[in-house]
Amino acid sequence: MREGMFRNLSGCAISGIISKSGKRFSGQRIIDSITVMHERSNGLGGGFAAYGIYPEYKDYYAFHMFYDNRTAKKECEEFLEEHFDIINLSKIPTRKIREITDEPLIWRYFVTPLPTKLAESQLDEREFVARCVFRINTCIDGAYVFSSGKNMGVFKAVGFPEDVGYFYRLDEYEGYCFTAHGRYPTNTPGWWGGAHPFALLDYSVVHNGEISSYDANRRAIEMYGYKCTLLTDTEVITYIIDYLHRKNKLTFNEICSVMAAPFWSTIESKPQEEREELEFLRYTFASQLINGPFSIIVGFEGGMMALNDRLKLRSMVVGEKDDMVYVASEEAAIRVIQNDLDKVWSPKGGEGVIVTVEKGKI
Amino acid sequence: MKLSAHELGFQALNEKIHSSKEDVVINECFGERFIGVGASSKTITINGTPGNALGAYLDGAAIIVNGNAQDAVGDTMNDGKIIIYGNAGDTLGYAMRGGKIFVKGNSGYRTGIHMKEYKEKRPVIVVGGSTGSFLGEYLAGGLIIVLGLDTDEFPAGYFTGTGMHGGEMFIRSNKTPISLPKQVSINEASQSDIRRIEDNLAEFSKVFDIAMDEILSKNFYRLIPNAKNPYKQLYTEN
Repeated sequence: MREGMFRNLSGCAISGIISKSGKRFSGQRIIDSITVMHERSNGLGGGFAAYGIYPEYKDYYAFHMFYDNRTAKKECEEFLEEHFDIINLSKIPTRKIREITDEPLIWRYFVTPLPTKLAESQLDEREFVARCVFRINTCIDGAYVFSSGKNMGVFKAVGFPEDVGYFYRLDEYEGYCFTAHGRYPTNTPGWWGGAHPFALLDYSVVHNGEISSYDANRRAIEMYGYKCTLLTDTEVITYIIDYLHRKNKLTFNEICSVMAAPFWSTIESKPQEEREELEFLRYTFASQLINGPFSIIVGFEGGMMALNDRLKLRSMVVGEKDDMVYVASEEAAIRVIQNDLDKVWSPKGGEGVIVTVEKGKI
Repeated sequence: MKLSAHELGFQALNEKIHSSKEDVVINECFGERFIGVGASSKTITINGTPGNALGAYLDGAAIIVNGNAQDAVGDTMNDGKIIIYGNAGDTLGYAMRGGKIFVKGNSGYRTGIHMKEYKEKRPVIVVGGSTGSFLGEYLAGGLIIVLGLDTDEFPAGYFTGTGMHGGEMFIRSNKTPISLPKQVSINEASQSDIRRIEDNLAEFSKVFDIAMDEILSKNFYRLIPNAKNPYKQLYTEN
């Protein structure tokens, strides 16, 4: 069964860790954090995004692929060879464990666009790569790109997140930022591709909630060439972030004021300059306003952003210790990996927390 | 009896608390849920971060938290007392109908959402710091006091008392409140109003060792439902 084939009603867990000094640490820490929130998931999806894990290939796009069968793999590899220079390819290393079954073929490719193809397309490099990702996901039956950024990777599966982490040997990776998700699917049955994080280029999203504006957001974003293939709300959030940040060059602070725009009554109470900016963003990007409960952690090259919906219908806690920043659905998930915090607080609804690695430290 | 929450997991932990006839001390607590659910006697002391729905349906027992609590503390609590020496998360005292909750620090969004009272049953929440938005949302009864001891700003967020139709709230501040919905009526509390809540303030003062003079050093606003303006929808207007 795939996403979209039936609707099932039912919370989720998210966690993120980042080193502001760009110090790399083991993926075991994010596994330990998400494990504490076991009860928030139901075993139908778990996943991680890891940044800074491929320093030896940092100039190449790392494509992580699910294939249903060898035919899909062959067809996809032909497409890749036609458009990219493939520097390295391999199976993604996994551990066979009882808790994770029915895995697809899971492959990884380090690629760079072929200069001739890129020139011919008259697109900038990132747009070229994004379009190739959509092409594979919509046109090659049984092939699915679930990670396509540089020096980062998504690892996801059907199962509890702690098992998914063990399955993908996440403890053997070192990065400067990790995010994690434990899934409790509310609308779709739970397939490997439907697990979080959702990612496009270096943007990744883990999400706890259920957005009520899904279809309005989907229709709007599809006008700009994005194709929502999975019928899940998190996929749409990922494309909205790509659209606002990469295409419209909004800052992450501005993105928060778009996606979780304050109520008009709240905007009216602000000083003139701030009011005008908020009004501009609400009018210009009205279709990117996200309604309904959500707490999300967005990973991107060199940083991490956490945001709650404006009514704050989901929980989220932030902790700081020295150069480390932690975000999780529950404070306990931070305390279990760092009990001695300098600061701990809950951001307000619509108040983004944006953490970036110091320049030149990655 | 001493228990390690992290070792036991939430189910075994709660079974042990339930079957214990003596007071319980819980250590290594990392998000274990439902601690003290329905408990009617004994004192449960928690060192760590108790999980969601701490003291749900509490029916007379006392819970002391040395640390921060998470969401939905005292959900549908009927009687007893919860004392938190740190902060509390969202929906503190959700649908609470009796007993008292004292929080030294801050509490999250929707503090006291849908609290209610009936005859002698009158739930009380006292928060020493600030609260998030939607304080006392759908409030139907009981008493909420917010002291803002650590701030000069108004110690509650937006939309305080949205859907409020019973109960009362006291907010200590020299600043005027922000964006109150129309169904809430607000006045400066009179001397006789303060006298009515003095026993709760005194208890807060004693539990957390904060001088009464300090607590009474600022103005208190009293918020009650405005009978002329019944609940008007917030969500569809925006």
